[in-house]
Order: sequence, then structure tokens, then C-alpha cells
Amino acid sequence: MTSTPRYLLTLVAVAALSACSSVKLDDAPVESRTGAAVVPGNQNAARDAAASSQTRVAPVDASGGSMAGLGNIPRVVYFDFDSYVVKDEFRPVVEANAKVLTTNPNRKMAVQGHTDERGGSEYNLALGQRRAEAVVKSLTLMGARPTQLEATSFGKERPAVQGESEEAWARNRRAELMAAQ
Amino acid sequence: MPIDRRVFCAATAAFLAAPVRAQFKVEISGVGATQLPIAIARFRDEDRSGQSPSAIIRADLERSGAFRGVDNAAAMDESSSPVWGEWRGRAADALVAGSASRLADGRFDLRFKLWDVVKGADLGGQSNAVEAAELRLGAHRIADFVYEKLTGEKGVFSTRIAYVTRAGSRHTLRVADADGVNDQVALNSGQPIISPAWSPNGKELAYVSFEKQKAVVYVHTVATGERRAIADFRGSNSAPAWSTDGQTLAVTLSRDGGSQLFFIGRNGENPRRITTSQAIDTESEFSADGRWLYFTSDRGGSPQIYRMAAGGGNAERVTFAGSYNISPAVSPDGRSLAYVSRNGNAFRLATLDLSAPGSQPAMLTDTADDEHPSFAPNGRLLIYATKVQGRSVLMTTTLDGKIKARLPSATADLREPVWGPFGR
Repeated sequence: MTSTPRYLLTLVAVAALSACSSVKLDDAPVESRTGAAVVPGNQNAARDAAASSQTRVAPVDASGGSMAGLGNIPRVVYFDFDSYVVKDEFRPVVEANAKVLTTNPNRKMAVQGHTDERGGSEYNLALGQRRAEAVVKSLTLMGARPTQLEATSFGKERPAVQGESEEAWARNRRAELMAAQ
Repeated sequence: MPIDRRVFCAATAAFLAAPVRAQFKVEISGVGATQLPIAIARFRDEDRSGQSPSAIIRADLERSGAFRGVDNAAAMDESSSPVWGEWRGRAADALVAGSASRLADGRFDLRFKLWDVVKGADLGGQSNAVEAAELRLGAHRIADFVYEKLTGEKGVFSTRIAYVTRAGSRHTLRVADADGVNDQVALNSGQPIISPAWSPNGKELAYVSFEKQKAVVYVHTVATGERRAIADFRGSNSAPAWSTDGQTLAVTLSRDGGSQLFFIGRNGENPRRITTSQAIDTESEFSADGRWLYFTSDRGGSPQIYRMAAGGGNAERVTFAGSYNISPAVSPDGRSLAYVSRNGNAFRLATLDLSAPGSQPAMLTDTADDEHPSFAPNGRLLIYATKVQGRSVLMTTTLDGKIKARLPSATADLREPVWGPFGR
């Protein structure tokens, strides 16, 4: 689709197409006008008129958002394939973060679960959720309060590293402990 | 050069059809058992319209798997009288000719006529004045007319699809014509977007956006960009599926721990839990008659597809072959289930005949990373995402897996396709 004939689109349609990079949330809706009008007497007029309202696509921008880290405390727990068991080797990670939470009762943390790229996005989201909840459970067993914690998941949508190797996948099967408001 | 239809149909090797214009390089592969040969003559004045209605119509019809385009260089329009012997000699069973004349107000008068070459009969035509920007839609509507006249079923070429592109850290929800062309931005985000779902009237998209650093379900009016978070509870909120009346959505929430199914009103009102398991329950989808809710669950130890009465009740397992079956999509007639099945390291699109309990699944592809199948509203095609040479692309396939088409894309990865309803 490299040679879309932009010179033939109306100005508004061009605006809609070029909006990909820089349209703000509050930009006015853009309408790509419409073949609703029909030669008089054509019986499809009603259908076509109804059609025009569904031809518009108004772009919205939801960019932005960042996450502060937790300083020097290790904050990643890795998991085996198809597993949500927090392994013993990551007990120090969980303990260090639990200590932060127990000594600072006003601090909150989001635990984000992640999976490798294999499989479907929604099922992986649920698997990542399970990993995050396992870490939250470990943190609460070490004294953190449930109200300080929220388990969420990115599934396979935000890999730590790219690649289709077992090494890359192992780096992506993880839960990250993030500071939260 | 005339092509002998019998020889053509007997061929088993994949072929590539690359219709005329680079603007929509359609890659179609495979040979169907019964493809009606149809000639689409170049529309008079189409060179000056900026679009190629004849090529759009041909590509639409070929992608459906029910037609094969017959090459021709005929100079004719809707008012011509076909020389039947000539078209029969080219083994064309049907013929379309038309014109795209510019009107004084800048619009185009898009006219066409369809003929049955075998019977030598006029099957009708239309004349519509369309804006230049709507010429593609006009051509898709002609393809719908032809498809319905010759197959007896509604065409889906003038419907829309939605999908998500990913280029670096940029995630974009797009809406495009059913052939993947003419895409428009619905939502730009620096965070992932997954699981778009069209409302039954085709005006809204529900989807999951991570823009708040967690999964939140939004409903988004496509024409205005107005949107609202309908599920933003503690934990993850995902997998929206519209009820048939558009008033309720099924969603997956982790607010009570685990990933469980809930119903929630279209404005986020009255969430109520509908599954109670220790397992993952997610990816629900209503059957078109509203009776069933299909979903993915690993309650049996591995992810499988289950269904339960939409009014509540016990879940029954639907898929049995294999240890990983996810992402259910139910055909509009309720007879066919499409889903993704893992076989070794390959994730492949499969279908199951729901009208014949106990039947074995059919595998539709030989690719390894298929995802997210969605039925066309006439139930004759599926759209899905897969990987080709490391890039995520969108494909359509007939339900027998014989005719596949790759939708055009620039450089981005294309994912999470979903086919919109009739009635655009």
C-alpha cells in the first residue's frame, strides 16, 4: 500500500491519514466524506445515506504515561515456561521489596506480570496476571499489606527483549515490581 | 489468452494473482474446487478516477474464493452489448462492465452491469453518484452486488475491519476497508492495544488499552473518537465481547483474583460475575443467536474452549484434540467454531463443526504463529493474524483453507484483526 493516491483524497481524508504520528486527544474528529448521495430515483439512497455516518473514523491519541522505578532494589522475578511458581532463587527479590513495603506502609507497588511471545494475547494476559498474583501473594506472606499492592498483567505485549530464542523467551517470562501511587 | 477452466481447477499448485494496480497488491494463493470464472472489463474512464474499480472488484471476488478473474482487455461499459461467443471463448461465465464518469460537481457517476455469459442474460446493474474518496467503497458495493447475484449470499466487501499496528513503541488501532486498504487511525498510543471488538451496529469498538499502565476496557465511538472506560477495576480488565443486542459486554476481570468472566453494561454499569472457577476463564464470545457464551479456560489443566448458556449454567467443554486451544470465534450461523490450536511449537488456525458433535477439527493453515481469528459477517471468510518472515501480517482464508489472501501492509506489524458487521 505504498502508493495510496493521496492526491485524490479530500483534504480531510489526507488529514486523517497523516494523523498517525501526532494527533492529540482533543483534536476535532476528522471525517472522510462520503458517497451517500445517489442518482435521483435510486432505491439504495436510504441505505447509502445511513452508510455515510459509518465511514468516519476520528483519530484519538493516548500517548504518554511513564513509570518510576524503585531505585537499586532488584525488581524482576523470572519464571519457568508455563509456570507461575516464584522460585527460591527469587526469594531475595521478593524479600527486599516486601521490606520496603513493611517499613513504608504508605508506599504502594504494582506488580506487572509478563509472558513470552508464544500463544494468544488474551490467554497470555491471564497467564501474566497469574504470575503477578503469585508475587503479590509472596509479598503479603512476608508482611506487605494487600492494599499496598496491585497485580496487573501485560501478557506478551511488552517484552523485555526481542527475539524468538529460548533465551529471549526466558527473559520475558517475568513479573516486574513497580512503584505506584 | 483464454484459460481452460478444467485445467485451471485441476491444478494443485498455489498460484499468485497480482491484479493490476500496485496500490493494492493483493496476494491470493490457493485453488478452490469451484470458482466461477468472471471477467471484469476495465471501467470506462476509470483511469481518470484515481481508482481502479475493475481491479478492486476483481480482487474482492477472488479473495472470496468463489470466483476467478478472467483476464481481458475489453473496451466496453454498462451500455455495451456483449458478444457472447467472444466471452464464452474466454471461458468466462459472467461479465461485469461499467464506467466512472466525473460529474460537474466533482463526484463520480459509478455505473455497472452484470451479465450471465452462459445464458446470455442481463442480471442487472446500478448507477450511483459517489465522492472521489468513496470510489473504493462504491467498487466494494459493486462486488457485493455481483457476489450476491451469483452466489445467493450477501457479500462482505463493503464491510470494515479493525486491527492494531505496532511500529516500535507506537501502537495504533486502525479501521480499514475489508480488503485492508484505506486504513484510518482510530487510536494512537504509546502502549499496547489488544482485543478490539465491533459493536453489533458497527459504530463502536470495544478494546483493551494499556495506556494507564494496566489493561483497561474502553468503548470507543469510531465516527467521533468519543470513548469511555467501561471496566477499570483493580487488576486487569480485558477481552471485551458484545452481546447481540449491544447493551451488555462480557469481559474478563481479575478484581476478585484470578481471571474470571463478568457481564457489564455498555456504560460500565452493573458488573456481575458469571464464572466461578479457580482457573483462567477468558476470551468470551457470544454466539450470534445470543444463546451461548464461548470462552477459553484452563480449568481442565490445559487451555481449551468451553461454552455455557449465556443465561448461566454449567460449562461444557467444546475442544478436545490437543493441549492448547484458544481464541474462539463462532460463525454467524453457529455451525462452525474457529480457534487457534497448538501443535508442537506451531499455533495454527483450526475449525470445528459444531453441528456434528464429536467431529475432528480441520486445520486451515500451515503457518506457525496464527492468532485471533474473526468471522466475516456472512460466515464465508475468516481474518486472522500470522507471521511471515518474522513480520506479523493479516490474512483472510476461506473456511476450507483453500483460498488465502494477505492483506496489504506497509512496514508495521499488523495484529488483532476483527471483522465488522454488515450495514456500513
